[in-house]
Amino acid sequence: MTDLLSPQLNLETEVPDWLQARRLAGRATWDNSSLPTRKTEDWKYTSLFPLQQDFTAAPVSDASATELGLDLPELSGSRLVFVNGHWREDLSTLTSDAALEVVRFSEADDEQSALISEHLGTTVPSAKHLFAMLNDAALTDGVFLRVRANSKAQHPVQLVWHNSHSENTFISNQRLLVLAEHHSEASLVEHFSGSDNAFTNGVTELVLGPGARLNHSRLHLESPQALHIGGLHARLDRDATLESFHLALGGKLKRIDIVINHEGAGAHCQLDGIYLLRGNEHVDYHTCIEHAVPHCTTDETFRGIIGDKARAVFNGRIHIHPDAQKTRAELSNKNLLTSASAEVNTKPELEIYADDVQCAHGATVAQLDDAMLHYLRTRGISEEEALVLLSYGFINALVETQALDSLRDYLKPLLADYFGATAGAAAEQCANLTRHIGA
Amino acid sequence: MLSIKDLHAEVDGKTILKGLSLEINAGEVHAIMGPNGSGKSTLGHVLSGRPGYEITGGSVEFMGKDIFEMETEERAHLGLFLAFQYPVEIPGVSNMEFLKAAVDAVRESRDEEAFDTVSFMRKAREACTAVDLDQAFLKRGVNEGFSGGEKKRNELMQMMLLEPKLCILDETDSGLDIDALQVVANGVNTMRAEDRAFLLVTHYQRLLDYIKPDFVHVLADGRIVKSGDKTLALELEEKGYGWLEDEVA
Ligand SMILES: Nc1ncnc2c1ncn2[C@@H]1O[C@H](COP(=O)(O)OP(=O)(O)O)[C@@H](O)[C@H]1O
Ligand SMILES: [Mg+2]
Repeated sequence: MTDLLSPQLNLETEVPDWLQARRLAGRATWDNSSLPTRKTEDWKYTSLFPLQQDFTAAPVSDASATELGLDLPELSGSRLVFVNGHWREDLSTLTSDAALEVVRFSEADDEQSALISEHLGTTVPSAKHLFAMLNDAALTDGVFLRVRANSKAQHPVQLVWHNSHSENTFISNQRLLVLAEHHSEASLVEHFSGSDNAFTNGVTELVLGPGARLNHSRLHLESPQALHIGGLHARLDRDATLESFHLALGGKLKRIDIVINHEGAGAHCQLDGIYLLRGNEHVDYHTCIEHAVPHCTTDETFRGIIGDKARAVFNGRIHIHPDAQKTRAELSNKNLLTSASAEVNTKPELEIYADDVQCAHGATVAQLDDAMLHYLRTRGISEEEALVLLSYGFINALVETQALDSLRDYLKPLLADYFGATAGAAAEQCANLTRHIGA
Repeated sequence: MLSIKDLHAEVDGKTILKGLSLEINAGEVHAIMGPNGSGKSTLGHVLSGRPGYEITGGSVEFMGKDIFEMETEERAHLGLFLAFQYPVEIPGVSNMEFLKAAVDAVRESRDEEAFDTVSFMRKAREACTAVDLDQAFLKRGVNEGFSGGEKKRNELMQMMLLEPKLCILDETDSGLDIDALQVVANGVNTMRAEDRAFLLVTHYQRLLDYIKPDFVHVLADGRIVKSGDKTLALELEEKGYGWLEDEVA
């Protein structure tokens, strides 16, 4: 199989025993497996061919924020910045917050190390998520975020994984473990950005204790050529609430698995996502919600706009186990194709083994509506601006419902610019096409 | 202002307009009546440049220019306005965004300065009041979930803000209760001006009790088969359209 692990083993550093054990276990699984092919059901529409190339270890970069082109939302709390997977203290800001502990695995104290080793990997069933095993095998460091019981974080925590430009194509490994203790409250934004020639293999684990509330966003703002295989794995104990928002702007190969496990009665999950593709981009979201216990609810909404020759894949599985009575789960996926060569494969999958449940799902694929376009033009609005308004309008509701004001303020102009630029406009004209959004 | 000569048009290979001619001058109010399916809405769609309508003969000049040489938005810039019989719902685009985009585009085409946000908001609120719509409608998606009557008022509000030269109202009165009908009539009557013309497409004579037309035309089978003054509308109300079809045959 393509050698994705050995370049990363060059980074050999001293790691604690518990981490070493996890590395070896990951490596054993990885070495004994082969990359999925398109004959594997879960990978039917996504080819791993772009990974068939030589990768090097992630280079250390000391480029400044400006040189890196970092453009981050101002969220006011702690910000941890990693460039090519390497910690950049100079670009990071740590503000103290009595509700939070944020620490890298390598800096963790004994108590923290014990918590990390207790929870790390517990959200990920190894056999099913091969790339998570690769992540384990290559693990040298990661971020541990603990939200203390019965307390509320003052500001969102921001984690930035940026890849810089490099001569060689390289792999960067990203790992985050969040432990939201019982009745804690916090917000968290994961931000991925940067270069053309990096492959990011990321795993984020969220462990929510009883009554914990976590607002999580994961933004993929990488370049059109970026490669990313990522997983978000969450466990929700009783009465926990997870709000998780996802945004993906293109990429040559982007595959994100989102797995939410309702493990305690009364847990609630709101999962929202937007994917926007153009050129030859490929984005694949596979979501899986496991309702293992009664009285849990899920509201899942994903919307995608696919243009040019891009291809999107959405697979939304909701699995309601025999004991999960009184489940309420709703899944909606709507897609807008803006070109005749754009494609989407969408498949909602409901598997219901309990009888007293309320479930709905739906998926649609549509072209831009000619009648809407015409209506706007009869009012004097140019075709280009009408396209921008309609595209933005298609995803608008998902942005507006995000709880963090500061994130909305960051996303709105970013998305408006994206649609302006998609309409093929130069910067100045782009501003003209987007000026009425949010009027 | 508008000069339609021997217009032929088809949809999906079916000929709908079969030699329609009509002259409208600035300051005039024309009413077009006619049975269902006679081509009234088709005329509005053709004039607005809606895709799918093919012009197979004749000519239309608007403000001295060949209308078919212009894009839909260019026609609007020149002052053409169509109040749709069935306004389109556009979820996700707020009415406010839409109105500001439309007014800015039209003013820009006339080299007029754009309204700043505050004065535009004020104008939009005034327009809301004028058509008796709650201001909450400005924040909602364009026509999204509006009732039939609310959609018609929204059309009227756009007309007021865009200040067009030629206003075509396609059955804006249909389905309205008497109060709403009066709102529409007041809107039109206040906008009547020497340099503005109206084409009221209506199924019922009652609108013409409130808006006095200068001319009434009957459209049947894709052509104007009879024109007259407002007494024609009363005659139609009394006798129906049958006698005209006999006359034409
Ligand atoms: N898209 C279409 N395809 C085929 N026929 C159509 C289409 N739209 C309208 N028509 C036909 O054109 C004729 C005129 O329709 P319309 O202009 O809507 O009539 P009116 O507004 O006078 O009631 C009707 O017979 C209608 O069935
Ligand atoms: Mg009609």
